[in-house]
Amino acid sequence: ALTRSAKHFTKSEVECLVKLFDTLVAKASSQFAGAGFDRTVFRDTLYNAFGMTDDVVLDRVFSTFDRDNSGCITVVEWVEGLAVLLRGTLEEKMKYCFAVYDLNGDGYISKEEMFQMLKHSLLIQPADEEPDEGVKDLVEIALKKMASTYLFIPFLLQDYDRDGKLSFTDFEKAVRDENLLLEAFGPCLPDIK
Amino acid sequence: IFSKASSSLEDVGESSSETDEDEQPVRHQEGSTDLSAEYWGIQKLAKYVKGGDPTATVIALCSMRDFNLSEETCQLAIKDTGCLEVLINLLDTEEIKCQTGSLKILKEISQNILIRHAIADFGGLEIMVKILDSPDTNLKCLAAETIANVARFKRARKTVRQHGGIKRVVFTIIRKQHDIKVSLGSSYQAKESETARCAALALWSCSKSTKNKKAIRKAGGIPLLARWLKCSHTNILIPIVGTLQECASEPSYRLAIRTEGMIENLVKNLSSEHEELQMHCASAIFKCAEDEEIRDLVRKHEGLQPLSVLLDNSENKQLLAAVTGAIWKCAISRENVLKFQEYKTIETLVTLLTDQPEEVLINVIGALGECCQEEENRGTIRRCGGIAPIVKLLSATNQALLVNVNKAVGGCAMEPENMSIIDSLDGVRLLWSLLKNPNPDVQASAAWALCPCVENAKNSGEMVRSFVGGLELIVNLLKSKDKEVLTSVCAAIANIAKDQENLAVMTDHGVVPLLSKLANTNNNKLRRHLAEAIAHCCMWGNNRVAFGETKAVAPLARYLKAKDPLVHRATALALYQLSEDPNNCVIMHENGVVKLLLAMVGSTDDTLQEAAAGCIANIRRLALATEKAKYG
Repeated sequence: ALTRSAKHFTKSEVECLVKLFDTLVAKASSQFAGAGFDRTVFRDTLYNAFGMTDDVVLDRVFSTFDRDNSGCITVVEWVEGLAVLLRGTLEEKMKYCFAVYDLNGDGYISKEEMFQMLKHSLLIQPADEEPDEGVKDLVEIALKKMASTYLFIPFLLQDYDRDGKLSFTDFEKAVRDENLLLEAFGPCLPDIK
Repeated sequence: IFSKASSSLEDVGESSSETDEDEQPVRHQEGSTDLSAEYWGIQKLAKYVKGGDPTATVIALCSMRDFNLSEETCQLAIKDTGCLEVLINLLDTEEIKCQTGSLKILKEISQNILIRHAIADFGGLEIMVKILDSPDTNLKCLAAETIANVARFKRARKTVRQHGGIKRVVFTIIRKQHDIKVSLGSSYQAKESETARCAALALWSCSKSTKNKKAIRKAGGIPLLARWLKCSHTNILIPIVGTLQECASEPSYRLAIRTEGMIENLVKNLSSEHEELQMHCASAIFKCAEDEEIRDLVRKHEGLQPLSVLLDNSENKQLLAAVTGAIWKCAISRENVLKFQEYKTIETLVTLLTDQPEEVLINVIGALGECCQEEENRGTIRRCGGIAPIVKLLSATNQALLVNVNKAVGGCAMEPENMSIIDSLDGVRLLWSLLKNPNPDVQASAAWALCPCVENAKNSGEMVRSFVGGLELIVNLLKSKDKEVLTSVCAAIANIAKDQENLAVMTDHGVVPLLSKLANTNNNKLRRHLAEAIAHCCMWGNNRVAFGETKAVAPLARYLKAKDPLVHRATALALYQLSEDPNNCVIMHENGVVKLLLAMVGSTDDTLQEAAAGCIANIRRLALATEKAKYG
């Protein structure tokens, strides 16, 4: 059944992943009585496997894996989650990334959420500027680039300045137009290397 | 990227588009000193590219592409804000997304000549060459396309080669050797094709330098070109054929074109719907048809007819120039001329004699000149009213054009009916005045053309005399340093000297010593025409004696040792004439002429036979007379 739902893996690959899962569960605390492992183990695993370090991102990734919000990753959630991460189609990856970036899960990536994710992205700050100004500007730039669907409808052009946010449609359009924007707000997919 | 169909293959290696860019480009300063809006926008984004982590950098790079990167203000803004250097530095990182984002921008802005010089100055080419090793296909393609843009000037091409770029570009297309005929259904095939397209563009751009042509060959590029030539995607075919056409100036490429079956594909693509592709195929054929085997292959693969048909498209001048060029060179072979006759190509060519740009005219005239080797065509040209426009072109200034016009006039003049038209249009006088042209090729071709003119004109002798200073002019050309000029002038003089009065005038102008001075040559073509000239110039006054005194005889004797039968014939004629003077006989005897001529008495060439025999007879007669005088 698992092979069918995680259709990107072969049967033997699924078996390997299940084995890995079992190892991880064994190492973890017995909080969930062998049904799965928790956030901490998950974050360590992803760090070891893919070099992912960003806490905010890792938290969100956990949440996307943990679909029933149980606080625990089951074997099904594990394999299916990895299927997207490692072998997902563009559509699947877009949904995944959007879910990661949508910090509060309300279906939109808001300016505040973007700020959160980008606030450490400016390594060199110009001396004469408020540290946050640079990040705020960057957020505006990103919004302008990706929320350009608003431009179709003239009256909304004023609107987006005030409550600017990205819907999934905006995100999808932007990424289809320019694939590089898939991980626009921070790396959340494993590196090809 | 295109290169004009080169009308003369003398500029070997470097094509005409090379010379534009080699000097450091000068920037035209705009009137206002205000920085453009684009400048500020780009500067703002540059801040994030310089100071941001990869995530911020990617966002900024993507936004930068919203500017109109094909506009010069934007392009220069990127340079002026220092962003260009940052973009190039990004290439040197291992961050694939940053490299990709940067290359997408560099690819666009490198269309600008200042930018590409700057990219080269900042060491961008070396880094892009390294990127060709990347496993990321997308990145490779972007790098190749950008290299193609930057390599539009010589120094850049050299840099690419020196850093192993040529090899890498070739290997980029080598890596997967799959059957190209598989349908484009899978995205894998699409990736394949895209890689090939980008690599081909890079090759095409780089191939404009001679050393690069060699490097491409050494890297195994030729079989690849042959393989991709068989594909059906126009956007790959164009750079592939473009590369072939560029490289076809090298004999090793022409050999490969012959042996790898490329002519078949080139001919096939003459019938493509895309004019640009047709043009490059025609250009390639133009360049290759220097080789006889290739001319034959073009005919065998039925390439002559599509070429002829393309003449009807007279709107696209670049295409027309390429097609007429191909026809010109193919027409060097007689069998091809016969085919062109079938397709009524000559008639069409005559219509192209007026209202065409020079690069087309040169080739049209060249073609007509070659077609004149067949008698029928000389008449066709006349019937189509072609003689007048051809003669009119004798007043042109373009030297390459003049060389071809002269040849065409000469070709037409072999037909007496044509000759009277040429004469009535003052053609011979125009030809004669071209002897004054500073270019030796023009002089030589004019002199060659004069031969049939003098031979076939009515009242030829009078006509020649009517050109004031004409005989002095042509005799003085015997002082030229150019072999071809000398040869052609001797040929012309041989003809002119058939008229006694003119011979007398030439003698006054010192033709005898001038001819004698040339006698010490090993060049068989010159020897032949020189001997003919001497033979004819003997027929006046004291010239026979004068030739002996100016030491022409002994060298002539040596000509008999050459392997060329045409040389033998001309020499025998000259010696026969010279042998009417006893002193010459003595010299000939001393130089072992008798033995050599004896061998020729048995020749199948009647003229040679008679001349040889006559000469020996004269020498013998003198010897006998001397004997008699000695012993009473």
